[in-house]
Amino acid sequence: MSVAEVLEFPVEAPPPAAIGSAAFSVETIGMTKRFGSFAALDDVSIRVRAGTVHALLGENGAGKSTLVKCIMGFYQPSAGQLLINDRETVIKSPKDAHTSGLGMVYQHFTLIPSLTAMENLVISRPHVPPVIDWGKERRDLEAFLANMPFRVPLDTPISELAAGQKQKLEILKQLYLRSKFLILDEPTSVLTPGEAEEVLGLLKGMANRGELTILMITHKFREVEAFCEDVSVLRKGKLTGTGKAADLTRSDMATMMIGEKTLNKVAEREGEPDTGKPILRLEDFVVDDRTGLKTTNIETLAVHSREIVGIAGVSGNGQKELAEALGGQLTLKKGKVSVDGARYSGRREESRSHQVRFIPEEPLRNACAPRMSVAENLSFRTFDEAGEKQVVWLRQGRIRAYARELVRRFGVKTASIAAPIATLSGGNVQRAVLARELTGYVELLIVTNPCFGLDFAAVADIRSQIVAARNRGAAVLLISEDLDEILELSDRIMVMSEGRIVYETPSAGADVMVIGQHMAGHH
Amino acid sequence: METDLGWWAVPLALIGGAIRISTPFLFVSLGETITEKSGRINLGLEGTLVFGAMIAYGMAYLIGDAWTQAEVAAALAQGLPAPDVSARSYPMAAWLGVAIAAFAGAVFGLVHGLICSLKRVNDIAVGIAMMLFGMGIAFYFGKPFIAPAAPDLPSIPFAGWSDIAQVRDAFNVNVLFIIGIALAVFLWWAFRNTRLGLILRVVGDSADAARALGYDLNLVRTLATAVGGAFAGIAGAFLSLYYPGSWNEGISSGQGLMAVALVIFARWNPIACFWAAMLFGGTSALGPALQAVGVTGGYYLFNAAPYILTLGLMIATSSKNRAMAGAPGELSITR
Ligand SMILES: Nc1ncnc2c1ncn2[C@@H]1O[C@H](COP(=O)(O)OP(=O)(O)OP(=O)(O)O)[C@@H](O)[C@H]1O
Ligand SMILES: [Mg+2]
Repeated sequence: MSVAEVLEFPVEAPPPAAIGSAAFSVETIGMTKRFGSFAALDDVSIRVRAGTVHALLGENGAGKSTLVKCIMGFYQPSAGQLLINDRETVIKSPKDAHTSGLGMVYQHFTLIPSLTAMENLVISRPHVPPVIDWGKERRDLEAFLANMPFRVPLDTPISELAAGQKQKLEILKQLYLRSKFLILDEPTSVLTPGEAEEVLGLLKGMANRGELTILMITHKFREVEAFCEDVSVLRKGKLTGTGKAADLTRSDMATMMIGEKTLNKVAEREGEPDTGKPILRLEDFVVDDRTGLKTTNIETLAVHSREIVGIAGVSGNGQKELAEALGGQLTLKKGKVSVDGARYSGRREESRSHQVRFIPEEPLRNACAPRMSVAENLSFRTFDEAGEKQVVWLRQGRIRAYARELVRRFGVKTASIAAPIATLSGGNVQRAVLARELTGYVELLIVTNPCFGLDFAAVADIRSQIVAARNRGAAVLLISEDLDEILELSDRIMVMSEGRIVYETPSAGADVMVIGQHMAGHH
Repeated sequence: METDLGWWAVPLALIGGAIRISTPFLFVSLGETITEKSGRINLGLEGTLVFGAMIAYGMAYLIGDAWTQAEVAAALAQGLPAPDVSARSYPMAAWLGVAIAAFAGAVFGLVHGLICSLKRVNDIAVGIAMMLFGMGIAFYFGKPFIAPAAPDLPSIPFAGWSDIAQVRDAFNVNVLFIIGIALAVFLWWAFRNTRLGLILRVVGDSADAARALGYDLNLVRTLATAVGGAFAGIAGAFLSLYYPGSWNEGISSGQGLMAVALVIFARWNPIACFWAAMLFGGTSALGPALQAVGVTGGYYLFNAAPYILTLGLMIATSSKNRAMAGAPGELSITR
């Protein structure tokens, strides 16, 4: 690429040929992608009709992300072709994809952390003027946002936004760029059910008016039924079925995804919470977020042995700060956190002696060393202990054996335990972290969105593991943006809004409407 | 006329020192800010600075000398008596020296940037190598220029009306200082308001995102390093052509390295770079100023003042909860 190309975009470029005002179809023929000898994608041919919403299903590691990354030119397929509006098109890079009118919201975020939302939107445009008139850009953006069902703060750096807000911004960005073919990789995992409904409803409306074609990766059958015309299913890199959503039942789709396997049912909660034995206690808990502008303030909160307390709420209402403070990533401004009656600040000795386990959101970033191997990442809790003593020399054999055991027990799909954990599929990173944190005796478990991005079989699995830990006597603080999950697992439910706990109810007999109203800020 | 100002001499000397001593710090740190915003760190600027000082001085001297010779030859050719050239000074020759130093600095930056574009090359290690290389060849080629006097850079007497010599001295402001302030303001504006500024920040903050947007990381970073090098070259020219105003091997007392630290202190903000450079320049003048009014005890201690102050401020303004605000995400020291 020449200097001129990087630094001097033509200010008025002719509109790319493929971008008209109407949606177009995209078809893959025999798409194959190998990583070394491993075929992540094997001879997949699907057709996404113009103006439809097409669902792509498959268990974790089935190759869904790999397929769409090949379409987007992020990966070069080992074999296969791409047809856009029935014409063969070669896409060499995401930039090519963009000029052809393809846009994608990735499973991990691709926004630039230190830039504000507005800066991110403007710089993502193919033609940015040499000097940016922010006044004009702001007016244009406000006008654009006025037609959108959701907003994001324009002037906050991305690094300070919660996952849900980032996801909305990613979608907004693609609409702002006027992509005509939109690929969404698990777009709703971080949205509340209400938000998801709204976003997908709007997108479906646009598609059915012929403005947009959408290929959406999802794990939620309900979304397929409500919003999608067609479905394609992948298993172990191969296409196992494709058809009209209306013609397929849930069990048809499930069978295509995992074959004829029986599912674990989520374990039942057994026994009553031990209200005489509080494990986690917060008193006068005050913590500032990273900007120092928003404060999270919890007067009292106790989680007892054999109890799951679910914290519901729309993302960005203090849950992130609560979790980070409990995990030791943020320091308290005021107040006290105690575990088992002893002051707790998240240090390694403390979490070890009280058996505290922690699963933050975005685990690849917050709970993993991305470039270290799966085996090393799995050993983070245990590599330095040998009985009572601290080890001096690492025992690689033991670390590998332990990793192999966890990978087998939790069904983590990885090419090898020596592979960097960043090469795992989104769902499998989540499984690996869960495997590390849920193994062994657990007294207190703090989890944030544990089933983010997991396929339905894994969801059932993981929820069973959490309930099983509770049944063994663990106290569990479950922070989740998935209200169904909270309702299913919790003994007690609290709602967070604007940094405070605004509502509390036992889960038996909880009213979803009332909880929803509190989440929306009507108290 | 020298007037005895008593203790008033101290603040005056501090202001004068701030203005004079800060200029090289300002240029190096502005240049390094550009480089670091792109996600690379160039520790080689000390070498670039010393080489810039040498080449600026040498070239200004040679050009000035050539012009003098030409003037004499022209006069003799017309049969006139040889003009008295001992008092001739050619500011234009000094400015050409500055331009050549900037160019040489850009070449140094380019070399650093190109080497770092290779796979598995660490920018810090390359920077240290470039620092030693720059100083080495500056000393090698600089030997003949240690004795002769090159023309000076002009300055503007802002307090020419005053009849107190120290006041006139303190406010005798070099043009480069004023250019430096203008550059700081311009860069601060440009990082937010221009496409290039935004591209620089994108590349420095998230390589993945920059690639997804279709930018060539290595190209952007190499150019940013070259611009940073040019700034350091100008800083070197200031040292040899204005203050202290001569070329010798001890001309830099680590300004090139210290300025890299100042960038972190200033949190990658060009305006803050200006204040940091002023603070550093002012406190650097503390030792000599106190000595001038007769406080000789603790001379070396006062010379350490800028470092102690910087450390103290750094600790006071950092926070455990907040990541270093403004730190480019791709920078090897903060990643
Ligand atoms: N860069 C890579 N190098 C090696 N293996 C890879 C790479 N990217 C993906 N894989 C492997 O390819 C397989 C498919 O991964 P992919 O990300 O497409 O899964 P997915 O269907 O999107 O799963 P999920 O629902 O968990 O996101 C996985 O087994 C993964 O480990
Ligand atoms: Mg995926």
